[in-house]
Formats: sequence, C-alpha cells, structure tokens
Amino acid sequence: MLRDALLVAGKDLRIERRSRVTTNQVAPFAVVVLVLFAFALDPDRGLLTRAAAGLFWVAVLFCAILAVQRSFSVESADGARDGLRLSGLDPAGIFLGKAGAVALQLVALEALLAAGVVLLYGTDLRGGVVLLATCAAATIGLAASGTVYGVLSAGLRVRETLLPLLLLPVAAPVLLSATRAWEVALGTGGAGDGAGPWLRLLVIFAVVYVAFGVVAFGALLEEA
Amino acid sequence: MKGTATTLTRVLGFCALVTLAGTVVLGLWTTPPDVVQGELVRLIYIHPAIATMGEVAFGVTALASLLYLWRRTRDRRWDLLAGVSAEVGVVFASLTLVTGSIWGRPTWGVWWTWDARLTTTALLLALFLGYLALRRVPGEAGSRATRSAIGGLVAAVDVPIVHYSVNWWRTLHQGSTLLRRKPLIHGVQLEAMLLGFVAFALIYAWLVVHRYRVEDLATRLEDRGFETALAERRAEADELLEVVS
Repeated sequence: MLRDALLVAGKDLRIERRSRVTTNQVAPFAVVVLVLFAFALDPDRGLLTRAAAGLFWVAVLFCAILAVQRSFSVESADGARDGLRLSGLDPAGIFLGKAGAVALQLVALEALLAAGVVLLYGTDLRGGVVLLATCAAATIGLAASGTVYGVLSAGLRVRETLLPLLLLPVAAPVLLSATRAWEVALGTGGAGDGAGPWLRLLVIFAVVYVAFGVVAFGALLEEA
Repeated sequence: MKGTATTLTRVLGFCALVTLAGTVVLGLWTTPPDVVQGELVRLIYIHPAIATMGEVAFGVTALASLLYLWRRTRDRRWDLLAGVSAEVGVVFASLTLVTGSIWGRPTWGVWWTWDARLTTTALLLALFLGYLALRRVPGEAGSRATRSAIGGLVAAVDVPIVHYSVNWWRTLHQGSTLLRRKPLIHGVQLEAMLLGFVAFALIYAWLVVHRYRVEDLATRLEDRGFETALAERRAEADELLEVVS
C-alpha cells in the first residue's frame, strides 16, 4: 500500500513540477487572495493583524479546493482514470498517494501564505510548535477530505461547482479549529482553553477522513 | 388520476393534521404566557420538535446510506429513502432556522447570532444541500446511488466534529428543556410540547412516505421510458428492413 502511495504521489508531484500549475497559478492566486483581504478590511486599523489567523486559513481552504480540483483534472485527460483503475494498484494506496501529493502542495502554499501574512499583515509568527502542529493536522485533514470529495465529483460534468459546495461545509470545522489554534499561538484571540482542544479536534478530523478515504476510495474510484 | 395515497397514509395524514391542530390549540390558547418570555414562549411548542425531526431525518439518511453500501442489504429502496429523507430534512432544518430567527429577534435582539446550535444547524443544512446537489447529478442509476451514499456518509461523519468544534467555539443557546431529570416545563405546557413532537414526527413520516412513492414512480418511469425508446427504435429498424427488402 505504501509503495503504491509513493508511486502515485511521485507521479502527481512530477506532473506538478513539469506543468508548473501550482507554482504559476495557485501560488499567485493565494497571494492575490491575501491582497484582496487587505483591500476588504482596510489595512490601517490593525484589523488585518488581528484577523490574520482566520484570513490565512480561508486562503488555505481556497487553495485546497484548487489543488484537489487540479489533482483530479490531471486524471481526466487521456483516460488516465481508467489507467489508474486498471493499474492493479491498491485503491487505498492511490488515495494516500493523491492525498499526500495534495498535502505536500498545501504545505508549500502554507509556507508562502505564512510569509505573506508576515510581510503584508505585519503578523508576528509566535508559538512555532503550535503553528506547525496545527498546519500538519489541518493539512492532512484538508487533503484527505478533499481527495474523497475530489474523486466523488471527478468525471461529473458539474465538478467545478459541485466540489466547493461539498467540501467547504465539511471543512468548516478545520477552518474553525485551525484558526482558533493559531489565534492562541499568535495571541490575537481570546485566551480560552488554549490550543489543546482545537489541535485534538484537527487530529480527529484528519484521522476520520484518512480512514474513510482508505476504506471507501476503491468503491469511489469504480464509480467515478 | 390516482395519487400516491393509500388507506394507511390517509390515516397517517389525518393523525398528523389532528395532532398539529391540537398543538396549535394548546400552544396558542390553552397554555399561559411565560413569566419571563411572555407570548414568545409559544414557539417552544414547535421549534424543538421541528429541529429534532430535522436531525432525525439526516440520521435516517445516514443509516439508509450505510445500509445501501453494505453489500448484504444493498437495495435501491435504501437509496431512495436516503434521498427523500434528506429532502424532508432540509425542509425541517430550514424551518428550524426560520422559527429560531423569529424567536431570536425579540429575545436576543438579533435575527442571527453565532451560537453553537445555530451554527451547527446551518452547517448541517449546508452539508445536506450539497448532498442533494450530488444526488441531482445525472448518471447511471447504480453508480449514482453508490456515489450519493458515500457522499451522505462523508457528510454524516462530519456532523459530530462540527458539533464539538462549534460547541467549544461558543454557547449561547438554551440548554435542553426536556431531556433532564426534572424537566423545566410542566403540566399543559409539557403536554403541548410533547404533542408538537408527535405532530411533527407524523408529518415527517407522511412526507417521507409520499415523497418516496413519487420518487419510486419516477425511477420506474425512467426505466420504462428507456425500454419504450428501445422498442420504438427496434420497430423503426424492422420497418426499414421491410422497405429495403
């Protein structure tokens, strides 16, 4: 399973490296979103610094949708999905591979967005461990749930509009928890109970959707 | 023209009407206004009942999806039930938000507030609107059913996570009035509230049965339409052959 996962992830990342869609389109899009938030929220009143955590995660969510859509649009050309089905690779491995590739791209985009938040919003990135742990758990959760819905809507004519409708409500707890955890770390939110419960929730979300994907991906791939 | 009603559903519908009328009479006239909330308290006779039935409806969808996916119980009927229950659930969840808003405006002073239960209900509604959108996507019947069932389950496993995350986030809503050792509500008020639960449970069942039958007829018509079209094409081909020979 793991070997298959590495194969699929390697394939997807190789496609991304050669096509440069992530670096030339998704990454600039992420930066544009950050700039648009600044326009919308009036940069002079310190609002951006206080809202940085939430804005960061909203931007990540948007990027996740693009990354997932991209991950399955590369399979739609030249009957690649049939190839994947007939390859004899373990469906769970394919799921882990595709989700892993999406997660790695998201990590790169998060690094870019974090730099953007520091430069554009004047945020001081404190509490590094909590920030990184949040990123890790949230990214895995987003990539896993995104990949499940990605294959669910792959091959449908309405996938571009369907995927956000399906994924965004499901990912709402990730946005909520990751934002609160970051706020605790950055010291911009109310004190509350600390980042612990939020991190735990993110880990549960990630575990649930990874498990779901591993179990259900075979059936989904058959129907796609 | 024949409807989708049978004797059983007529009785069911009649009971639903009677209990609903009873709830209205008890809720609007018999019960006294509340000491604190005044006339606004009357919403409690329907709002919790509607909300609960909305949740039950989504529970039925999740369960039916699971039963469809499990090979030993796989049956087209589970798929139909999941779909119609989600439809009725969306109606009930929307009504929950509407009645809640009507109560919230004079009580809390706002139509909407980011309270835990409100947010959870809104997200639940969004999740199942997505599910219904997924069901609407055309496709081969079997694969569409599997796709919908998995989509329904993906949404369903999210519900507890949404619930906890939003609960930690904020809580302003009243605690449970009914499900505690000593209910906070007594006498005729309790009766009106319980009758409301019965009424909306019956309405839910009635709606689901009818909607199920309509949906069942629609899929059968689709199947038959396909067969008729095939037969017509065959007949055309035979005619052509005759002309040629």
